[in-house]
Parts: sequence; structure tokens; C-alpha cells
Amino acid sequence: MSLAFDTLLSARDAIRAKKISAVELTKQAIARIEKLDSKVLAFNSTYPDIALKQAADVDEGRRSGPLSGVPIALKDNLCTSFGTTTCSSRMLENFRAPYDATVVKMLDAAGAVFVGKTNLDEFAMGSSTENSAFKTTRNPWDTSRVPGGSSGGSAAALAAGMCCASLGSDTGGSIRQPAALCGIVGLKPTYGRVSRYGLVAFASSLDQIGPFGWTVSDAALLMNVISGHDRKDSTSVPGDVPDHLAEIDQPIKGLRIGIPREYNLTSGIDPQVKSAVDAAMKKYQELGAQLVDVSLPHTEYGIAAYYVIAPCEASSNLARYDGVHFGHRTKEPVRDIIELFSKSRAEGFGEEVQRRIMIGTYALSSGYYDAYYLRALKMRTLIQRDFTQAFEKCDVILCPTSPTPAFKAGEKTGDPLQMYLCDVFTVTCNIAGIAGISLPCGFTSGSQPLPIGLQLLGPNFSEPKLLRAARMYEQATEWHKRRPKV
Amino acid sequence: MAEQKITPEQVIHVAKLGRLDLSDEQRRKFATQLENILEYVAKISQVDVSGVEPMAHALPLHNVLRDDVVEPSLPLEKVLMNAPDTDGPFFKVPKILGGDEDSAG
Repeated sequence: MSLAFDTLLSARDAIRAKKISAVELTKQAIARIEKLDSKVLAFNSTYPDIALKQAADVDEGRRSGPLSGVPIALKDNLCTSFGTTTCSSRMLENFRAPYDATVVKMLDAAGAVFVGKTNLDEFAMGSSTENSAFKTTRNPWDTSRVPGGSSGGSAAALAAGMCCASLGSDTGGSIRQPAALCGIVGLKPTYGRVSRYGLVAFASSLDQIGPFGWTVSDAALLMNVISGHDRKDSTSVPGDVPDHLAEIDQPIKGLRIGIPREYNLTSGIDPQVKSAVDAAMKKYQELGAQLVDVSLPHTEYGIAAYYVIAPCEASSNLARYDGVHFGHRTKEPVRDIIELFSKSRAEGFGEEVQRRIMIGTYALSSGYYDAYYLRALKMRTLIQRDFTQAFEKCDVILCPTSPTPAFKAGEKTGDPLQMYLCDVFTVTCNIAGIAGISLPCGFTSGSQPLPIGLQLLGPNFSEPKLLRAARMYEQATEWHKRRPKV
Repeated sequence: MAEQKITPEQVIHVAKLGRLDLSDEQRRKFATQLENILEYVAKISQVDVSGVEPMAHALPLHNVLRDDVVEPSLPLEKVLMNAPDTDGPFFKVPKILGGDEDSAG
């Protein structure tokens, strides 16, 4: 067997059955990264020595668990005690984390092999990886296009067959949108399901870590490994974690799928995306699901509320980068410590990060707090209430993940607001804290077909059901079997 | 708030609060962009939110406490390992008093 494009589960099982050694599989991943990453630009750093050591430990019985020997890539905003954790920022270019994120520890304990850390929009702020201080990752389906973002490196690394699965983080769509644009599965867990300890904070009340896989089952396997309470993250939720894989292949009888009325009113949806998503609805009906008309009346205010709340939290979280404790410090002469802060931050942060610090600082400043931040938090209550009411009538909500397929690099960089509007279908999920998944539901026509993503949203802690609902569609379709020619 | 114009003075003020030493060009650029973005997000003022409670985050978790037991913290060498400048067990910075009025006190 070969690593490239095989699912996480099949790779895991092949190692277990000794059809391939972990070292052999890891060597394949390293070889593919060496061969392809000059084109895809998915990785910020790679760790062949660490990976081969971990793999050898699996082969020699010193390392075992549900992910024994499978090569996994980590978004470069997850702290690792090895290598660097850069957030694709000049600010943290040389930052070496003093500890592992909880999810990294959990993957390690599960026997995973860490091949490298992947590119992102700086501090996870963006929808294309074009805000990375280092490089723009390319979409493996068409390298003139972006992979989406902010977890574009993790999505592209998997889609190009350079690992068996990867982790990303999702604050406003940063897992689901790149999953959609790269033709893979990406899950944003319910807020509190996965520990955020060691995830470099962007907007703490919205951030969640989640998996990328070729299939729904791969995402479910990773959820089994990374979910659970962590006393180091006071917002992680106590209680048992269900087995996300146990009933995954069993279709849900009488599944009720909510179709938000507002979805048809949203302008700017690519016609090919619309027809693929409409076809997915029909497919679900054929499978016995019932389509239910639901309303999420505050959807149109989602982006506005998000682009107040997220920058406010970011401006506060990013205050820690001061050129004193860690991160970039200016080499320019300074008069005093304020100038040291201001120059270090202006040099270390890229333009989008500075823009968001400015928005957040403005919205939190005296005289504007009530009009922007407080009002946005009230909108948040209304948006959450919309979902609570909708989920009284349905089990999951269906809509596109992204209004368009992958766009060309450079196409939207001139206008920040246009880039923000990419998140129209994804942000409300983070605002309300609920779970969301994106899975492939079609391809555009033409000589270079591009993947299209279907999004399903479920209530808090509904991941097992959400995954089963997604798996129902996956079992009945072939989209998840397509692979790009890199 | 929808008709809020962002003046160059406001950009300077906000950049100062945010501790960002912006160039003149950035100030001009941000003034226009912030105005566009703030005009867009002002949509939220169209909704009647009277009587609606603000929600800081999505979970009903409050006052998560642990036992008051001393546990090992990060060792000093790890705390300092990324510092741009140190002096023994301390972070080293330029003089703090004097200069800008914000730095006093």
C-alpha cells in the first residue's frame, strides 16, 4: 500500500496488520513532502528525524494506540515542544514553545507520527493563507488557486497526499472552508469539546481545534483521540466523550434536515456551488431524510457581529506580543518601553493582523464599546437563539460551506471586506458555539475541476449524530474518492 | 455610529492604544479600510436588541475553580528561553520611566 491518498483508517489498519511498517509509511510521507511541497507550499517546518524515531518506536512496540504510526500534520499555531511554533508570523518566526498543546499530547499518546507543521494565515486571520508572513499555500487541485484558510496548509498537505490526516483550528470557518476548497472533510467541534490549551489564541470564545480527513470516519477517529475535558482549559467541558465511530455507518432513520430560508436569499453564491448543494439535498431525500424549512433570521448580521467580536478578542489576546517576554523585538533605537512595544509590534505583525488589532481596539475604546462590542454580544445571543429554535424542528442544518470554489491567489487581497464575506456560511456556527462539518459534494465543470463543500451544522455536542448524518451522504456518493493530480 | 467618519487623528489615537507604530502610508490606508469595515459592521445597529442579554461565550460555564494546591510551574529556563533580552532571572527592557506620558506610573 502507499500512503498517498489513503485514508487514515486504512493506513492505521495496514500498519496494525503489518502490511506496511510505520517507518516505511513515514518515509513515503517524507518523500512526498520533499517532492511536492516546493509546489504546494503547505509546510512551515518538517521533522523527518522526529517522525522516523516515532515510527520506529511504533514498529518496535514502544509506541501504540489508535493512531499508531500514521503520519499527521499540525497547524503551526499548535504549540509543540519540538521545533518552532510560528503562527506564520514574523512575530513568532523563531518561537520555540516550552510545552506541547494538549491535543499534541493526545495524538502523541495515541501513537501518531508528526511529519510537520503547516502554513496558515498569520495568527489564523484570513481565508486563503495569503496573510501568512512566509508564503501562500497552493490548492492541490489547481496550484494557481488558494487552498482556503486559515488552516490552508493543513488542508493542502492532506489533499496533496503528504500526510494521512491533519489538525487545524476554526474561529470563523478556518477548518471547514479550506476543507471545502480542497475536497476533504473538516470538522469544527462544539466549543468546549476539544481543549484549546496550547493553541495560540486568536479569539478565545470562538476558537476550536478540529480534524481534517479524507473521510467522515477519519474525522470521527481523530475526534475520539482529541476530545475531552482538560483541566488546563477552563472552557473545556467535563464529562465522558462518546465513541464517534461506533455507529458511524448506520444511517439515521427519519433524519430531519433543516434548510435555512435565508440560504436562498444570500447573494453571491456561485451557481455551480448552488446546484451541487441542491443535488445533495435531493440525495438526502432519496436516502429517506426529510427536508424541513427553518429560519435563521439573524444570519445576515453574522459577519458583522463576527468582525466586531473576533477583532476585539484578538486585540486583547495579541497584547501579549510586546517584544519583552518572547517574540520579535525591534533592533531600532527606542526612547522608552512604549516605543519598544510599538515598534516591535509594527515590525512583527503583518497588515491583516494590524488591521484587526485596529478594529478591535477601536470597537473596545471609550465611547464605542456599547455601540460595537456590547451590541455584537447581544447579536450573539440572538444568533444562538435562532439555532436553538431551528434545532427544535430538525436534527442538522444543511447549507454550502463556502459561497464559491477555490479562488485565484491575489483575487481578493486588495479588499479586506470581500475576503471577510467568504465566511458568510461559516461564522454563525462559531458565534453560537455549535458543531459544523464540511464534506465534498461535487466538483465544478471544466478542464480543472474544483471541489465543492457541503456544510452540516448540529446542536452542541451532537458530533456523533452530525458525523453519522454526513457519513450517510458519503456512503451514497463517490466525491470523497476523488484525488487531485499534483 | 453608521455615519462615523474615521479621521487621521482617530487612527493615530487607536494605533497608540494598540501599541502599533504605523507609517504615514499605513495610517492613510487604514483610515479608509476601517471606515469601510466599520460601516459594514454597523449593520448590527439595525436590530432591536432591547432586553437581550449579551453573550460573552457560548457555554454556561462559570467560575471554574481548582483546589488551592501548589503545583510546579514552568521552570525558569523555559520561561526565559524565548526572551529577546535577559539579565539573570529577569526579562530585560529599556528604561520604563520618563518619555511618553503613558509609561509613567
